[in-house]
Amino acid sequence: MATLLQQLINGLVLGGLIALIALGYTMVYGIIQLINFAHGEVFMVGGFASLATYSYFIPESWRSDWWVALPLMALGGALVAVILAVIMERFAYRPLRNAPRLAPLITALGVSVVLKEAVRLFYPGATAPVPFPRVFVDEQYTFEIFDGTITIGSTAILMIAVSVIGAVVLQTYITKSRMGRAMRATAQDPDTARLMGVNPNRTIVLTFVIGAALAGIAGVLYGIQITNVDTEVGFLYGIFAFTAAVLGGVGSIKGAVIGGFAIGLIKSLAGQYFPGGTQYDLVWIFVLLIVVLVFRPQGLFGEPERVRA
Amino acid sequence: MTATSNAPVLAASNVTMVFGGLTALKDVNIELHEGQILGLIGPNGAGKTTFFNCLTGLYTPTRGSVRLKGRTLPSDPAQVTVAGVARTFQNIRLFPSMTALENVLVGRHSRMKQGPIASLFHGPSFKKGEADARTRCLELLDFVGLSGLDDELARNLPYGDQRRLEIARALATDPAVLLLDEPTAGMNPQETEAARQLILSIRELGIAVVVIEHDTKFIFSLCDHVSVLVQGELLVEGSPEVVRGDPRVIEAYLGKPPEEVQAEVDAYAAESSAERTSIIEPIRDRRPNEGGQQ
Repeated sequence: MATLLQQLINGLVLGGLIALIALGYTMVYGIIQLINFAHGEVFMVGGFASLATYSYFIPESWRSDWWVALPLMALGGALVAVILAVIMERFAYRPLRNAPRLAPLITALGVSVVLKEAVRLFYPGATAPVPFPRVFVDEQYTFEIFDGTITIGSTAILMIAVSVIGAVVLQTYITKSRMGRAMRATAQDPDTARLMGVNPNRTIVLTFVIGAALAGIAGVLYGIQITNVDTEVGFLYGIFAFTAAVLGGVGSIKGAVIGGFAIGLIKSLAGQYFPGGTQYDLVWIFVLLIVVLVFRPQGLFGEPERVRA
Repeated sequence: MTATSNAPVLAASNVTMVFGGLTALKDVNIELHEGQILGLIGPNGAGKTTFFNCLTGLYTPTRGSVRLKGRTLPSDPAQVTVAGVARTFQNIRLFPSMTALENVLVGRHSRMKQGPIASLFHGPSFKKGEADARTRCLELLDFVGLSGLDDELARNLPYGDQRRLEIARALATDPAVLLLDEPTAGMNPQETEAARQLILSIRELGIAVVVIEHDTKFIFSLCDHVSVLVQGELLVEGSPEVVRGDPRVIEAYLGKPPEEVQAEVDAYAAESSAERTSIIEPIRDRRPNEGGQQ
């Protein structure tokens, strides 16, 4: 029983992280039908940028106060991620806006390789995992339950909280605000939205910006939870988040969050209970994906694609 | 209805549009004054929708110019909307997964000010702007006769309501000129009459209206001025009476002797004044979309 609870918590922590990244995938896909494979790398760059903020910009005397250091790191990580995403959209994707879908997809893969190699080459010591400072309060809360104990780290609580709050704020923003409506309108019919006075470029850039900001924040959270960052994590978590977005239905905010938590839970529970253990946990994620796609090709909350008249 | 001021709201002069070797529009001139309803008729492929696309900035005319209140129209459709031209579509193009109210609010987009950051923090000015826009958009829904349907998804509305919602959405942009592309296509006589009343009340708001329609009875009973496009050229223009009697129009477009058209028009006028409940209308030919002109 305690093991199950412990694995549920681990799953939620991982799921929260994946959900934060998946939001960026799902929003960009929703608006321009581009699977932005470079989004995982934006997350990774966010992690490195927040580390750089800590190492090079935050004075020694501030580093011990987490409520100063952590927001500054999150700001630094998100800012660099946002700038990167804006440049990416402007120079890599916008020129290909009307090209066949395969062209921007391959460009995205290219951008992802460029980002990963650039960080590996130019960030000091990034050829191996770089240790990440323990900025946040480093407490482990232990509970006695039934037949054992479970522990929750303070960073784990922060991670779940941030991802849930992030998703709720985003959902409200999309449904209740002027720019959110513009984003949905552009996603549904870009030409008509333009004729109704919505500037498509501004709307698309905003989508990239929001996705990147969330990925940048996810980068910081990953760092303080795992206590190191590595250039390889962008690809790995990119794949997790992409799978989460597809599972939940690409284009759906709710779907990305639920997909993210589902993948986190499956990974930790399958690693514990299913045959093969942790070595096979990735297999079960994709088994789940395949099963869902067989019965609901549009994902859990996605809308079936309609051919436009 | 005569024009009140001499300066036209919208003036298209010598608009010519060439696609490759095809001249879709040739030297089309149109002047539209405040509070005027202009009908644009013509056979399929005459260039009516192409002309609309020139008026909304989707196409930049090969030659000639379109001027709105004396200024040349911007080339970006979003800017044209801001300048004051709004339109509806031949084949309905609502945002299907948004509610009726949200569709109208998207039309309001360019008249609202809140930027991305202000929306995030929900300050008092944001709340006020959002509330004002909602009030205005609910009024518009009421105006087109869709009150109480604001929470309904656009795709779930009946066909006639979808057409009206498109009009409400276009009106939300505070247009000086409203372009209606076949507003009564596929409508039954009752819905057509309701649409006629709606367009007349839009004129009362001081908005100039251009209507593309195949239903000649509808055009002749609604418009102050009618222009006939045939093969990209303006064949005849003038008051409904003049156009209706012109033999070239009858030959090129109507293909019927004038007495018959006259009879139809008279019948329509009589029907519109009386209750039109159990009239069995001849099945109107369903017009195929004018391919490639959207």
